[in-house]
Amino acid sequence: MLLAVACVALVALPFLREPSPKDDRLVAPDELEQRRLALAEERDRALAALKELEFDHRTGKVSDDDYRTLVGPLRRRAAEALRALDLRASPTVEEKPVPTHG
Amino acid sequence: MAIHPPMLYLGYVGLTVPFAFAMGALLARRTDERWIVATRRWTLAAWAFLGIGQLLGAHWAYVEIGWGGFYAWDPVENAALMPWLAATAFLHSVMIQEKRGMLKVWNVLLIVLAFGLSLFGTFLTRSGIIQSIHSFTQSSIGPWFLGFICLIVVGSLALVFARLPLLRTKTRLESLVSREATFLYNNLLLVALALTILWGVVYPILSQAVTGQAATVSKPYYNFFLHTFGLPLLLLMGIGPLVAWRRASLRALGRTFLWPLAAALVAGIALLAAGAGSSRIGVIAYTFSVFVLASIALEFARGTAARKALGGVGWPAAFSSLIARNRRRYGGYVVHASVVLLAIGVTGASAYQTVREARLKPGQSMTVAGDRLVFRGFQTRMESNHRAIRGLVDVYRGDKYLGRYTPGKNQYFAEDQVSNEVAIRHDLLTGGDLFLIADQVNSNGSIDLKALQKPLVNLLWLAGLVFVGGSLIALWPDAREERRLAERYADAVVRI
Repeated sequence: MLLAVACVALVALPFLREPSPKDDRLVAPDELEQRRLALAEERDRALAALKELEFDHRTGKVSDDDYRTLVGPLRRRAAEALRALDLRASPTVEEKPVPTHG
Repeated sequence: MAIHPPMLYLGYVGLTVPFAFAMGALLARRTDERWIVATRRWTLAAWAFLGIGQLLGAHWAYVEIGWGGFYAWDPVENAALMPWLAATAFLHSVMIQEKRGMLKVWNVLLIVLAFGLSLFGTFLTRSGIIQSIHSFTQSSIGPWFLGFICLIVVGSLALVFARLPLLRTKTRLESLVSREATFLYNNLLLVALALTILWGVVYPILSQAVTGQAATVSKPYYNFFLHTFGLPLLLLMGIGPLVAWRRASLRALGRTFLWPLAAALVAGIALLAAGAGSSRIGVIAYTFSVFVLASIALEFARGTAARKALGGVGWPAAFSSLIARNRRRYGGYVVHASVVLLAIGVTGASAYQTVREARLKPGQSMTVAGDRLVFRGFQTRMESNHRAIRGLVDVYRGDKYLGRYTPGKNQYFAEDQVSNEVAIRHDLLTGGDLFLIADQVNSNGSIDLKALQKPLVNLLWLAGLVFVGGSLIALWPDAREERRLAERYADAVVRI
């Protein structure tokens, strides 16, 4: 029992100590960072979905009608996410809220 | 046998990594996809090790234990199967999160379930709570371990509950006929199968605790749920690849399903004509298997043709480019093919096996599935630690002599233990086995011989090799993907 407590204490020691450098702590992402990540994920998701849609269309898994219905919204989503990320990258431009779809 | 336990161990321990990352992400309020991306290969590797470990265990049981089977629904066998099923569900559902941003809560719950079940498996083995070939010890660790499992599960669920607002997503399923919908159905079936097996494992323990008498949950219970959930799962493996993400129109479905359905229909009729109708489950399983294999073959063929048209390259280059560009998908299809081989092997060895038992004196014979077995007598030899008694059985098919096989027993001097030593005739052409067990070695010189003809059972071991191949393809790093992810997370420095 004592041995178990000692082992747990030893393993937990780094978590109990106060970290010395100021930024050496696990911080929750702020709203900006969360938003940027959500946009990056949204951009990648939309671009991957577009590629997949093209390929599925070529292999016959997606009909012409379905392709026409799906491709527009996907392109718009990818463009919106890219635009929003560009705005964030440019500090001089005031940020506009951009709707995300996922 | 030597690598069966380490493989399972790697599987159990490997599940710690995605679980720890998931909990870390929740604690740090980082509920984006990073924990999934970072642990993708860890999860896949742990899942592959668990699968390989179970197949090696099945092979060991088949060859060494001497009862004629490869899986006995033993609680500890089940304990390895349950986290594998949960991890399988997780590997599918994370794709929905990555592609559609959905199912964040479900994915975290699945990894808690998979990790909790892997702990439970260790608990069953180490606590001595069950009587099994795998229960290695009677120790006092049981209550402590159970407390630890409760702490982990309750703590994880509380954390998930506390982070629910961060995990909620706005995206909804667009259509019930879409790739993500088939993944959802697959998830429900996999989790339902894992939970019914869990109930079968814990029910005897609970009944022992409540009534003082351990109830037994036997093969029919498990087989019922295996058929109920397993057959639709098998069918979904064929349907999923043919359906597009988001939505699929009837017209497109008709085009993509045509050839696999036709192949399945022809196979079903041929099976019935060949007399396979003696087992309804068998015919259904084989028909579904043909459907899945046809859909996988079609996916590779159509994908290669499209890649060839896009790149203007030859067939081999188009084929390798197809796999290299989406290793996870095509590695997954190879794994699906291995599961189909497994299903064919299990069905052949269970639904269509022939069993004959007879007491034979030297010179007497018996017949099993067309093979004539003639008992010639016993041969005994002394080894350093045991006496080996072998029955000499000559096997004939028609007039053709197929060879001499020697099932018997080893009598170990220490502790007076006796082991069954089976004899197996592998037929590599048909994939079947003739499995001979010397049930009883009688003092009057006769043998109680049990003979099992197991069609297609060797596909199980072939499935293992294909499974390893598919897992390696899916695990292989993709430089393009790595660069894309590095770029995505470049600015998000994790400060620790």
